[in-house]
Order: sequence, then C-alpha cells, then structure tokens
Amino acid sequence: MFRSHVLVCGGTGCTSSGSEQIVATLEKEIERNGLKDEVKVIKTGCFGLCALGPIMIVYPEGSFYSMVKPEDIPEIVTEHLLKGRIVKRLLYQETVQDDDTIESLNNTNFYKKQHRVALRNCGVINPENIDEYIGMDGYQALGKVLTEMTPEQVIQVILDSGLRGRGGAGFPTGRKWSFARASVNEQKYVCCNADEGDPGAFMDRSVLEGDPHAVIEAMAIAGYAIGANQGYIYVRAEYPIAVKRLQIAIDQAREYGLLGKNIFDTGFDFNLELRLGAGAFVCGEETALMTSIEGHRGEPRCRPPFPAVKGLFGKPTVLNNVETYANIPQIILNGPEWFASMGTEKSKGTKVFALGGKINNTGLVEVPMGTTLREIVEEIGGGIPGGKKFKAAQTGGPSGGCIPAEHIDIPIDYDNLLSIGSMMGSGGLIVMDEDTCMVDIAKFFLEFTVDESCGKCTPCRVGTKRLLEMLDKITKGNATLEDLDKLEELCHYIKENALCGLGQTAPNPVLSTLHYFRDEYVSHIVDKKCPAGVCKALLSYEIDPAKCKGCTLCSRICPASAISGEVKKVHTIDKQKCVKCGACMEKCRFGAIVKK
Amino acid sequence: MKSLAELKAIRDKMQNTVGLRKEDADEQATRVVVGMATCGIAAGARPVLAAFTDEVAKRNLHHVMVTQTGCIGICQYEPVVEIMEPGKEKVTYVKMTPEKAVRVVNDHLVNGNVVTEYTIGASAKA
Repeated sequence: MFRSHVLVCGGTGCTSSGSEQIVATLEKEIERNGLKDEVKVIKTGCFGLCALGPIMIVYPEGSFYSMVKPEDIPEIVTEHLLKGRIVKRLLYQETVQDDDTIESLNNTNFYKKQHRVALRNCGVINPENIDEYIGMDGYQALGKVLTEMTPEQVIQVILDSGLRGRGGAGFPTGRKWSFARASVNEQKYVCCNADEGDPGAFMDRSVLEGDPHAVIEAMAIAGYAIGANQGYIYVRAEYPIAVKRLQIAIDQAREYGLLGKNIFDTGFDFNLELRLGAGAFVCGEETALMTSIEGHRGEPRCRPPFPAVKGLFGKPTVLNNVETYANIPQIILNGPEWFASMGTEKSKGTKVFALGGKINNTGLVEVPMGTTLREIVEEIGGGIPGGKKFKAAQTGGPSGGCIPAEHIDIPIDYDNLLSIGSMMGSGGLIVMDEDTCMVDIAKFFLEFTVDESCGKCTPCRVGTKRLLEMLDKITKGNATLEDLDKLEELCHYIKENALCGLGQTAPNPVLSTLHYFRDEYVSHIVDKKCPAGVCKALLSYEIDPAKCKGCTLCSRICPASAISGEVKKVHTIDKQKCVKCGACMEKCRFGAIVKK
Repeated sequence: MKSLAELKAIRDKMQNTVGLRKEDADEQATRVVVGMATCGIAAGARPVLAAFTDEVAKRNLHHVMVTQTGCIGICQYEPVVEIMEPGKEKVTYVKMTPEKAVRVVNDHLVNGNVVTEYTIGASAKA
C-alpha cells in the first residue's frame, strides 16, 4: 500500500516541456531514498493548466507543484516525500496564501469556476491502467446499460439529458442515435471523430490522452443503443500519445472482456478499432471522415442521405465527437436530470475549451454552458498579458467567428454564439488583444482553409482562394471600397454553394470580422493604415527629430542599413530600404522612433 | 471478466488507491500525522508510518488520511503521531512502534477508544 501518490502530467503540453525527464528523476530519487514501497509515481493526462507545465501533484496533501525542473526533484523528494515538509517555494504560488497556509487547488481562480465532467479523470488517473478507470466507476455505466436497460431506454436517457454534439454543430445526440436505431440493417457502425484539426484546439486530444476508456465505454453504449457491433475511432496520426494510449486501452478492455464477444454474459458483442488519419482538416467533416475510413481519398459527399441512414460502407452509422462520448457514461450513471441541471435552457451540461492566444493561463478549461466569456478570460484565464485590452475572441477556429469586446458578457452556449455570428465549434478559444489586426486574423484563417480545401467543389476550391487574394490586397493597401462589397458578396456565395461544412463555414471569419470591425477594413483601404500596426505594407517607421539624440544605436543594429546619421545629430530612416522589422524601435532608449 | 460482480470487485479494490487523490479530502476525514523530521526518522518513524498506511488500507478506513509532518519540537518523544478527528481534541501518541501503530488503528480509529497508555500525558507522568 502506497502512502503517497505523485501525479505527473503526461499530456502533450507537459511532455514537451520535459515531464518524462521529471518522472525519470523522481523514480531515481525515490529509489535512492528508499521510498519505493511507500510512494507511487503516476503519469496522468492533462491537468489543464498547460501554461505552468510541467505540473505535478502530491497526494494526500494535494500539493500542486508547477513548472517543475529536474533539479528541483531531489529537494521535493527529501523534503516533502521523506520528511513531510511541503516545498512552498516550488508550489503554484496562487495556492500559497498570505498567511503562509496552503489553499486547495480547487479554490484557485483557474479551477474554482470549472466543473469537470468530460475531463473528470484527466490528471487524476493513470490512463494506461484500466483498473484505475474502473476504480473511478469506469465501465459501471456499460454494465448498467447492458443488464438493466433496453436500447430504447438508453436513447431516451440521452435525449432527456439534452446532450448536444460537442464537435461544433450541436446536433442533439439522442436524436442522432434514435435515427440510427430506426434504420433497419443487419450491419451498423459506431464511429468516433477524433480528427481534431482546428488551429489552437486540443480538447479531444486531452480527453484521449487522459481518459481513453471513457470514450471506449461510451462507444460500446452507443453500439448497444443503435444495434451496432463494430466501432471505429478515427484519430489523427499527429497525436502519437493519444494513439498509443487508445491502443493500450482497447487492448486492456479486450483482455477484460469489456470489448469483444458476449460482454457481461449478455450476448452483446462489440469490437473497436483505430483508424489513423493523415492530417487533412477536411477529414473532420463526417462524410469525408467515413470515406477515409473506407480507404478512399478523404473527400466529402452530399447530405442527405445522412450517416444515420447511409454512412460507413453504406450502412447506418452514428458518428460522435470525443467530448460527446466522454459525457455519456456520466449521464448514464448520474441520470439525465443531473446533466440537464447544468447549463442553459437549450445547451445542457459543460463544455471544454482550449484557451489560447493572448491569455495568461493557457490551457484546458471545462465550464458549465452559460458561463460568460468575461469569466473565462478574466477569471479562469487570468487576464491578458501585459495589461493589454481585450479586443475579441475567436471561437470555432476557421469555421467560427469572433466575439468582440461588446459581447464579452454573453453567456456562451450554442444558440447565443450563433446569434452573434460565431459558433461553438469544437472548443478552440483564441483570445486577441488590442495589438491584433482583425483583417490579418481573417487572412490567417483563410490561408488555413485554402490549404485544407480538398478541391472537390468549385465554391470552396476557387472561392476561398479568391477571398484570400482580396484580403491580401486589403492588407497591402491596394484595395478599393468596391472590393469590400465584392468580398462580402463572394462570402455569401461560398456559404450557400459549397459542398460540405468546411467550405460553407470558411467565410465566417471574414464575415464576422467585417461585421464587428468594418472600420478596420475601411482604414486599410481608405487611409492605407493598419490601426493595430500589424500589416507591414501599411506601416512606416519614422524618427522624431525632437527626441533623437543621435546616439547611432539604431543605425548600428538596423539589419537593412536603412538608418543613417552622424553622431549627436538627428538620424533618418530610408523608407525604400526599411524592411519594417521594428528592431530600431525596440532598442531606442529615447522613444524617438515611432510606428505610423 | 464475465460479470458485474467481478467489475465491482476491481472497483472496490481500486477505490482505496484512487481515493487518495481526492481534492479537498473531505472535511470530515480523520488525519493521522506522523512526525517525519530528522529526529523522527532517526527514532524509527518510517516503519510506523508504513504500519499506519498498511493497517488503514487493510481495514478499508476510507475516512482516514495518513500523512507526515516535520518536527513538532518534542524530539525526545519521537516517533510522534498525532490523530486529529473532526470535533474532537487532538490526541498525541509518543514513542511509537509499528506494533503500537496496529493497536492504535484497531482501538482508536476503528473502535474509538484512545490508547491512553501510549499518549504523551501517560508518558510524561512515567
């Protein structure tokens, strides 16, 4: 029996900041101090506070060490693990109070407003050990469903819970299942969309890395509900840790008889396999994803027929997102009323967001639906670095839109976001401050969709390319107001005519920035200025003669030799030669160089 | 695995393990604190701590948390173990051994009878 557990984050964020090395050093030091039989080291999934990685928690005290370095480990082992003296200096400072007592992690700003349902086991259990998942009530829901409920009852519970698809569009999960149940066929399939591709989104990845069994259990439940005995998880090959842990989890579940033939002796068979995606964004679209599983090139097709009628290999198929599945076992165990008690009228439960961009606490957060953007940004996220002003937040990645500062108090749910021209999306939340140019942001997302367009339909293949060219023209200061009208018209055309979700939503970033920040577009076009000072073609650096002391520093560091002047005399910038790198402005001690 | 009973058996076994990781280990928990400074360790606190951990686990005492602390300042009485139960006065056991620990778990934690002869009061009189 171990008296103490040391949990080290093994999510992608902390792994890249060196948590593997932390684990190795810990094990070595624990061994050296003869604590091997007393202290257990567990590598878990993501804790959420990725900005402070590598992260490590020591139980039973619940001490939260952040930004741990291998050289700190000997001290933590001899002081804390051996002698029981918490090393306060190395704790996450927000947990250390003024009177030197230590506060629970759940009371810190980052965690106190969070409510973890889909992420409940992430950072708590060892994802590579099925016993730990079972210890957290794992596979109880599957047992309950198979032994006590009919498939219809299962679907009714999911319907009553109000769970909507967490992949972004928000279609009611129970309805999807009931359609698939109603389709008569001897072969049906259950699929999981783990092809998370939005720039800046890592919710599904963290669930797969931290709690893979939850997804497996939920897919078996879905299989029972719709009458399918085969499932596929389509996961990106770029998620090596997730792929590895999923495979381990599937093998363990099979060994325990929780996958395979005659589960719990009820006669229900369910098998599960992984399919690796090669990293095409379009394969996150459901029809393209299924085409790819079938072994064809990942291209979408027309809907209807919807997958619930004619999906994978032409058979009725249920396809849900990772996070949707992660909620299912909890709904079965705690009841639909419990789930429906969280959230807003039409959006129940919680939502996981990957918080990124200009924000202090970059990481993974799970909040009840209806939490306001202000709470997420200012309280959980800890505000914007450098005391800068909040300008907007992008939700839904390249398919979504921006939420400007004027709507910061809007409760986030599916319908509210749609009403202000954005969308929930899968949960990427990118915060932008006053130094962000909205035209440039629209261009960034368009570059992404142009790259990722599969090329099957013309509106998307050619249309997005033309959109990008127009945006490029605007950021270079070569556009006219007429171009702005054309831009808008083309956006609507693409939305209405593209074949799949990728194309239909590609113009959203342009439309929403155009709606809320039209003045920025106009100043690029009319005044030939970029108000945020981002678009290089519209910038010029000048030296204020009143402030320049003639120290020659700028002329010495200019990489393009564009600055000339004699000692103790006012310098000048040759705008023909200037490459607008900003190095001179950064270095000038007198604030004499200004960006215009 | 072919039955729910087998699943429940694994769950019950593992709950002892993962239960340790509860945040805010509930307010009603009894805390067993073993002094583990240099003086405590030198006097043999580690086997005492191990004995408490094992015995508490063996008896499935989910509401008991075994943890360590530093030097309490009465080094001559080490190994020192304090037991804090919500709503009750703290009990300090001194000069503990693994054998004494087993009895404390049995008499005090399970049955609620303080083992007076091991407490600091009894020891100071002697």
